Amino acid sequence: MTGFVSIRNLRKSYGSFEALKGIDLDVAKGEVVCIIGPSGSGKSTLIRCINRLEAFSEGSEIRVDGIPVTSGRALAKVRAEVGMVFQSFNLFPHLTVRQNVMLAPRRVRGTTRAEASAQADRLLDRVGIGNQADKYPEHLSGGQQQRVAIARALAMEPQVMLFDEPTSSLDPEMVGEVLDVMRDLARTGVTMIVVTHEMGFASQVADRVIFMDAGQIVEEGPPAQVLSHPREPRTRDFLGAVLNH
Amino acid sequence: MDIFDTFLNAEVMRRTFPMLMQGLWITLQLGAASIVAGLALGLALAMARLYGPGPLRVLTRFYIDIFRSIPLLVLLIIVYYALPFVGLRLSPFVSAMSALTLVSGAYTAEIFRAGIEAIPKGQFEASAALGLSGRQTMADVILPQAVRIVIPPLTNNSINVVKDTALASVVAMPDLLKQATQAQALAANPTPLIVAAMIYIAFLWPLVALVSRMERRFAARRR
Repeated sequence: MTGFVSIRNLRKSYGSFEALKGIDLDVAKGEVVCIIGPSGSGKSTLIRCINRLEAFSEGSEIRVDGIPVTSGRALAKVRAEVGMVFQSFNLFPHLTVRQNVMLAPRRVRGTTRAEASAQADRLLDRVGIGNQADKYPEHLSGGQQQRVAIARALAMEPQVMLFDEPTSSLDPEMVGEVLDVMRDLARTGVTMIVVTHEMGFASQVADRVIFMDAGQIVEEGPPAQVLSHPREPRTRDFLGAVLNH
Repeated sequence: MDIFDTFLNAEVMRRTFPMLMQGLWITLQLGAASIVAGLALGLALAMARLYGPGPLRVLTRFYIDIFRSIPLLVLLIIVYYALPFVGLRLSPFVSAMSALTLVSGAYTAEIFRAGIEAIPKGQFEASAALGLSGRQTMADVILPQAVRIVIPPLTNNSINVVKDTALASVVAMPDLLKQATQAQALAANPTPLIVAAMIYIAFLWPLVALVSRMERRFAARRR
């Protein structure tokens, strides 16, 4: 079977260092997949390949909704269907919160200003910051900025949402508000691929947890199995180190 | 003889003032035209240098290095006195504007490039992830931020362009300096030169002060 997102033999090298050593992965429509693993394991690189922020080696293949992720015109189509949330938010600092959300629909989809503005306000309400729409990102807390970033990605009405360690640069007291938004999003049936260190979130929200180490998928399965009864020693070591500190 | 009668002679000033004003008008026109054309050329060069295909990138770099190395006066004289030998006869204004623009464009390109390279990679990635094209990313995300960063160096460069317009007097361009030297010859008195110098200062001092203020504010913000 092939998934809504289908990855075959994904390889990626930085010089002589092999960051991804032949990943095969299928993600079904509506599925929520959490990817965990030590830093440097290639998990961020993996999801950055899905919308080709990272180029990957020849012979590798990624398809989203059947469309191959290559360069050129097809890539623009894939990127419009795949939303991404970054560790460092990457909001546009020269635009207000509302303008941040409106930009891509206006430019890429050709949505009218009025329509894009109404949609932005709806999305900002949904992530709980409707009253901050006219502020600039620098005047928002980290948690608020990340929620704007989620709204900005959702404005393109993506089929798939990629989250690259979305809470890793947040102060601890702000992690919850971002995870709550992601939890709500998971219920709406959006396909989500989440690189995270939040084991609680993974165990409650994920349909499947993937453990990566050294550029390979070591173990995958339902959260109850991978997180509570890992089969592989490497998974056990990692979880032991994460949970006991 | 009184020093004021020599250098700031009121009677000479009154007589030659209209001439100096004509020269000032031409200096301002030449300066403004060269600044605007230099900005456009600089932006185009910066884009080619950063995002053009390989050979174009090499060519652009070559251009930028050459035109930052050649003395403006030499370039101006070549344009005005040498090009006619290959049939290209440009008016003093067009010669001066071409030389100023070619050189200003090279400096401006490097300023724009530095500004664009100062924008964090995450801004490009967020734009790409949203599906914006390269052109949209530049126009809507990168340049609005980059231009803010480079306003002080761009203003500095513009000051230099206005100062360098004085070189146009060597190709018979009736700019402020040329008018002043002619007025001086006419009146047999150096007052017009002093007045011209004061006019240059009056126009450029505020800009110089502005750049210093912007640079101080930038430095304070970065801390």
